[in-house]
Amino acid sequence: MADTIATTEPAAEHELHEHVFVPQHRHHFETEQQQREAGSFGMWLFLLTEIMFFGGMFFAYLLYRNWYYDAFVVGSNQLSLPLGTANTAVLITSGFFMALSVWAAEVRKRGLLVLLLVLTTLLGIVFLGIKYVEYKEKYELHHIPGEHFDVSEFVNPAAYGITNEKPLPPDMAQKVQLYFFLYFAMTGMHALHMIIGIGLLFWLIARARRGDFSAGYVAPIENFGLYWHFVDIVWLFLFPLLYLINRHPMK
Amino acid sequence: MSESTILNLPDQSTARVPKRNFITAEDGLLSWLLTGDHKRIAMLYLISITFFFFIGGAFAGLIRLELLTPQPDLVASDTYNKFFTMHGVIMVFLFLVPSVPATLGNFLIPIMLGARDLAFPKINLLSWYLYVVGGVMVIATMVLGGVDTGWTFTTPLSTHYLNTHVITTALAIFVAGFSSIFTGLNFIVTIHRMRCPGMTWFRMPLFVWSNYAASILMVLGTPVLAISLTLVLLERVFGIGVFDPTKGGDPLLFQHLFWFYSHPAVYIMILPGMGVISEVVSTFSRKRVFGYTAVAFSSVAIALFGFFVWEHHMFIMGVSNYSALVFSLLTMLVAVPSAIKIFNWSFTLQKGSITFETPMLYAFGFMGLFTIGGLTGVFLGSLGMDIHLTETYFIVAHFHFVMVGGMLMAFLSGIHFWWPKITGRMYPEAISKLAAVVTFIGFNLTFLPQFILGYLGMPRRYHSYPPEFQILNVMSTAGATVLGIGYLMPIIYLAWSLKYGAVAGNNPWQATGLEWQIQSPPLTENFTEIPIMDHEAYDYDWLEHKTKQEVTTVG
Amino acid sequence: MTEHEQHFHDATNVTNPEHGSHHIVTPKVYAAVFVTLLVGTALTVVAANIDLGLFNPIIALGIACTKAVIVILFFMHVKYQSNLIKMTVGAGFFTFLVLITLTLSDYISRAWGLW
Repeated sequence: MADTIATTEPAAEHELHEHVFVPQHRHHFETEQQQREAGSFGMWLFLLTEIMFFGGMFFAYLLYRNWYYDAFVVGSNQLSLPLGTANTAVLITSGFFMALSVWAAEVRKRGLLVLLLVLTTLLGIVFLGIKYVEYKEKYELHHIPGEHFDVSEFVNPAAYGITNEKPLPPDMAQKVQLYFFLYFAMTGMHALHMIIGIGLLFWLIARARRGDFSAGYVAPIENFGLYWHFVDIVWLFLFPLLYLINRHPMK
Repeated sequence: MSESTILNLPDQSTARVPKRNFITAEDGLLSWLLTGDHKRIAMLYLISITFFFFIGGAFAGLIRLELLTPQPDLVASDTYNKFFTMHGVIMVFLFLVPSVPATLGNFLIPIMLGARDLAFPKINLLSWYLYVVGGVMVIATMVLGGVDTGWTFTTPLSTHYLNTHVITTALAIFVAGFSSIFTGLNFIVTIHRMRCPGMTWFRMPLFVWSNYAASILMVLGTPVLAISLTLVLLERVFGIGVFDPTKGGDPLLFQHLFWFYSHPAVYIMILPGMGVISEVVSTFSRKRVFGYTAVAFSSVAIALFGFFVWEHHMFIMGVSNYSALVFSLLTMLVAVPSAIKIFNWSFTLQKGSITFETPMLYAFGFMGLFTIGGLTGVFLGSLGMDIHLTETYFIVAHFHFVMVGGMLMAFLSGIHFWWPKITGRMYPEAISKLAAVVTFIGFNLTFLPQFILGYLGMPRRYHSYPPEFQILNVMSTAGATVLGIGYLMPIIYLAWSLKYGAVAGNNPWQATGLEWQIQSPPLTENFTEIPIMDHEAYDYDWLEHKTKQEVTTVG
Repeated sequence: MTEHEQHFHDATNVTNPEHGSHHIVTPKVYAAVFVTLLVGTALTVVAANIDLGLFNPIIALGIACTKAVIVILFFMHVKYQSNLIKMTVGAGFFTFLVLITLTLSDYISRAWGLW
């Protein structure tokens, strides 16, 4: 474990089994360590519910992808691979800064912590911006499921100047709508989590500037980090599943 | 009834309810609405679920009234559909799911573990507010004209064919679901992290074990309900096609997701009730629960197996025959841990010094009725029988035996058992025994005929039926009236006892749990000093020894 | 409560196996993870553009799972956490697998061989 530093300041060890009343310490916990462990365990249980929540949609995806594979390939190739890849990189970087924020809080560097949180937030906003560009294009092409959904491009790709796609039979072309629904539901739910996360980040930045987290109290940063990384992980799966179903349909 | 009793009350001429307790700690409505105290939140829950129980019960009464005659004469078909939908939605999501965990569990789990509060008091309060928001939305639905999908929201009925308030109701359940998630999350963290010194896993009361198992189901199951309802909403509002066969979707996918939650949900409802029965049976037979470890693990086993059986709700809906076979076999698995519990309670009674106070009467009711309900569940789980019996009154009778005969009996048993701890005063014994007996008779009169009706082929969810079924239906409606009286009685005498009940003292039942070793009603902080658990659960010798010592020290 | 009054919080209850020791992960580890994740993303995109037939989705998901595990272990500190947290994470994925496999058992066997 050469890469890690254990927090074994003698004072901290001593404090462990006595009632030391620091401001964040809640009355019903015996020790601060108990409080911290309860907090992170609670956060993990919340993330379990998130796994199951997204799990329902992942299953719907799995089912329809197998039923309507051709439609899903066509739908998937409508997405912009460069934008998707860039977004993945942006989100990974944001997660990296978040992880560093936890470290900055642990080593009690206030300025650095604020800077890292701001960078995390900025990259989160960049992600949403790129997502907005992608959504807007889909809107203009009538690829949003519902009344205005237009299948003509998938039935007759040649007329739209698309040469690397096979034309779909009309009934299969209808199923592209299911692909786009799942695309919007899954990325939309993911984006909603990002928006909530960014809201929380603003609150954390304000508190970090006040110095709340640079005196040994890192639980909120740590637990928010868990949430932010979970949102990253969802995207790590969404990217290959939605963008990369089959990038060479003519072969 | 036996003359003997274990009731041990303090001298009524001198005894007083302690002046300082969690109820008197702070005054004013705001001190209740903004409280972080798990006991006060339990009280808030108790009041709100009782309110919804009686609304749901009123709908049940209207349903039975309509079914008094074979002709559809009281209400139109649409209205009848709304009746049973509102009855189901309110009873399942607003009463049964939060009933024992959010009231008794909330009140008792921290005390039983020797902790000052649940791990996250604010999230606990948030969970109550979410429950209230969900409840208000259900009431709004009711006022605006109701919903008629059945509590199962079956697609494509709920997404394409109905023009009622599906959206409001689905959102209400979504919100109420988060209330249940937060309760479960809080319990799991508390049980893992807040146990007092010496409180090992196998010294915890079985009530805690069963709530732990139910909490796992709440945390892992409820989000799947949330996503399935979200998809129903999107389907209804935007027509996105995920459940629409004309667009390539599969309506059965909804049922898979819905029952992935809703089957475990019946264990969320029944498991905490089983915990109550373990406490009551042990206390009133003065014996440690027979096979403590087996009972503890059977709760966890029920929770685990609960995730493997959901498809038995869909046997006639067009699922694959092969997988139906597998699920039919898996369903039988759940019978094993349930039977372990029943057998172990029976062995606890054997050679015990049994007394027949009200909680024990309800517990006996539970054991009998749950056994019938559980065994008919095995009938329904077998593939061949299910084809004949499903969607008939046999199903209705089966789940009411488990949920009403089982869970509601357990809830009332628990409420009576811990009433002296919660309020500091005893309920009146004689009339409450009468209420327990009335409930039992009323229940059987209501639901036993429904087994026969279902077996003869009367389908559920219709408001008219062939005239030859009338006798049994009249019996059922008569029984429902008796049952209604049985449920109104406790409300009245429990309210009366708040002021006039005998002062209970710390430990009227001479029970061993940590909650009985502190004052009633407890202090806001539960314990003045965090206790050390130095004995096993249900150790009556320890209690006797302790009582003797106290007498010698005081005397 | 008389017999309990003399005791303080029991230290042995704090150091049971459910509790993990607390570590600070250094920026060096985070940077290594970060680079691995970026390389993984690049690999995913490259692999997707080569026609490997059945193996395309397998490779893509394999890389995604690896990346997720790395994030969980290091960014989310599970490697340094107690067994309880590790089991909790496992329980979540286990339940998700139950949902998928048991539901698929219906869909696969509905049209035997045509799936």
